[in-house]
Amino acid sequence: MLQGVINSIRESQVWSSIFRHGIPRDRRTRVMAIMSNVFLHLHPVAVRKSGIRLSFTWCMGGLTFFLFIAETISGVLLMFYYRPVVEYAYSDIIGMRAHLTLGIMREIHRWGAHAMIISVWLHMMRVFLTGSYKPPREFNWVVGVILLVLTMLLSFTGYLLPWDQLAIWAITVGSKMAEATPFAGMAGPGSNLLQLPGGIPIVTPYSDAKFLLLGGESVGEAALLRFYVLHCIAIPLGAATLIAVHFWRIRKDGGISGPM
Amino acid sequence: MISLLPNSTLLLASGAPDITALDKFKDFVNRWSVPQYSLPLFCILMFAAFFWYRKWTKPAIFWPLMIGFTIVYFAFIPLDDSYASILKKPDNVPISMMVFLTLYFLWLGLRQAAINDQNMEIGKPLIEEDREDKVLCWPDLVYSELLAMVLCTVVLIVWSVLLKAPLESPANPAGPPNPSKAPWYFLGLQELLVYFDPWMAGVVLPGLIILGLAAMPYIDTNPKGNGYYTFKERKFAILTWMFGYLILWCVLIVFGTFLRGPNWNFFGPFQVWDPHRVDPLTNINISDVWYVVLLGGKLPENILVREWPGMVLTVFWLGALPVLMTRIGFFGRLRSQMGFSRYYLMAVLFVIMLLVPVKMVGRWTFNLKYIIAMPEINFNL
Repeated sequence: MLQGVINSIRESQVWSSIFRHGIPRDRRTRVMAIMSNVFLHLHPVAVRKSGIRLSFTWCMGGLTFFLFIAETISGVLLMFYYRPVVEYAYSDIIGMRAHLTLGIMREIHRWGAHAMIISVWLHMMRVFLTGSYKPPREFNWVVGVILLVLTMLLSFTGYLLPWDQLAIWAITVGSKMAEATPFAGMAGPGSNLLQLPGGIPIVTPYSDAKFLLLGGESVGEAALLRFYVLHCIAIPLGAATLIAVHFWRIRKDGGISGPM
Repeated sequence: MISLLPNSTLLLASGAPDITALDKFKDFVNRWSVPQYSLPLFCILMFAAFFWYRKWTKPAIFWPLMIGFTIVYFAFIPLDDSYASILKKPDNVPISMMVFLTLYFLWLGLRQAAINDQNMEIGKPLIEEDREDKVLCWPDLVYSELLAMVLCTVVLIVWSVLLKAPLESPANPAGPPNPSKAPWYFLGLQELLVYFDPWMAGVVLPGLIILGLAAMPYIDTNPKGNGYYTFKERKFAILTWMFGYLILWCVLIVFGTFLRGPNWNFFGPFQVWDPHRVDPLTNINISDVWYVVLLGGKLPENILVREWPGMVLTVFWLGALPVLMTRIGFFGRLRSQMGFSRYYLMAVLFVIMLLVPVKMVGRWTFNLKYIIAMPEINFNL
């Protein structure tokens, strides 16, 4: 009876319009399953057995990507309830806690972000220990380094959004560093040497690297909006683009690394 | 120097009846956890771990060690309130995860390196050597990916149900908490602020970390160890990288999160975070050492004259040391293998990385503050 229902679904026009191949039970249909699916075709059709051993890859790159997707989904849900304005930001978080049934999206988003940082570091450690950054994968390692930095920046920009004490002071500590950028920051070495004729300073509290980051002299509403836009749009777009490049290059550079 | 008031003294002062062996042990750990003792110890431990990597990575040795460490790590939660309050803070949970996962995966990597290195010596194939043996991605890979996703989802949901995301009181631009900490993954850099000014700890050093990481595949010309676990064939690369990652990044994050309290003072794991403790700072610059201590005079007015000893040291460190290193056989061979630009890029990054522990030792031994101190142009190194 059940088998009959399943069979009639599989033979329906709708099913066969989506899946162009039969059930992946033999070699031909298994190859088709990978090749005819836009998501699965990130994979090659066949891989070296030792390349996909869990003790070789630790699965950390894949988990990082999965966490990126989990962060995107939970992040979009959080955006429904959150307004990046000083007056509302904190109370929106409180409201999320108080009024949402089974509300664990903020928890998933926050712990997922922490987990993603750890998994991306461990992925880097694995790639390093197996020497997989060596030719021909040099450039993909560089892409990975940028992705590593973007992951931390994603987490850093998200840290401000709850607008509680933890948030603004962590970002204050972090943005103090921008102030110390050599030449470009107010408190950085050499910035007071940069002067227009007549002794007019170029680097002022209103024109230095910290001001660029925060949109103000201290962490305030401009910084909240900047970090929100960076966190929700700019950095995720950049990361998603580079992830695509990263995956594409894995294939182009010969797949998962192995002994030559 | 940091002086630590032992817990047992506090107990006596509060009229507690007697000092138990446990209190003595906690005092001992607190005293030895200060960076000037524990960081060198961690370094020794790391280098020992790589020296004897074939011994301790055997499962029969590693697992008892790991289980023992886990028991000790968690056993002190019920035994000590300060320790428990640090470890149970929701935002600190990832740091514990990082500690255990890093140890576990370090073992997993080195275990396979040990087996591979052994196999190469006796002419057996590597673990990874099965080039002819291909499997289809469906089902071998996609199923394990699905399983990983499901497991990850379960872990995330359980974690989220058990631990509420922290939310403190609303932002108050006038009232900084003490201590004010950066997000945990930047706490290694914040810890460097103890030894360096913000332009170094917050801009130059992280910039060089990124640059150095990106340059790595172009610097490392060793053709061996590509695509399989090994230690024997890449000792220098692995030791250097692991020193940077394990000691200068991970250990400093653990310090920054668990052991830095109010006013960024250092507290042992079993010490109460006392916001009123003042650690006297009597730090001196190289120019003070040269003009005041050694020559017995006072500092010259002209900043270039005043700071020349430090500038000479810096130029020596960055400019001459990479050249002098080539006299050492190993670096000499690297120089001829790698060629001019690769070698000097590597060597300069290498000596800048070494500058971090060197300046730490300077601080611990003679309270070194700045090698070059030019507050006039905010240039303090």
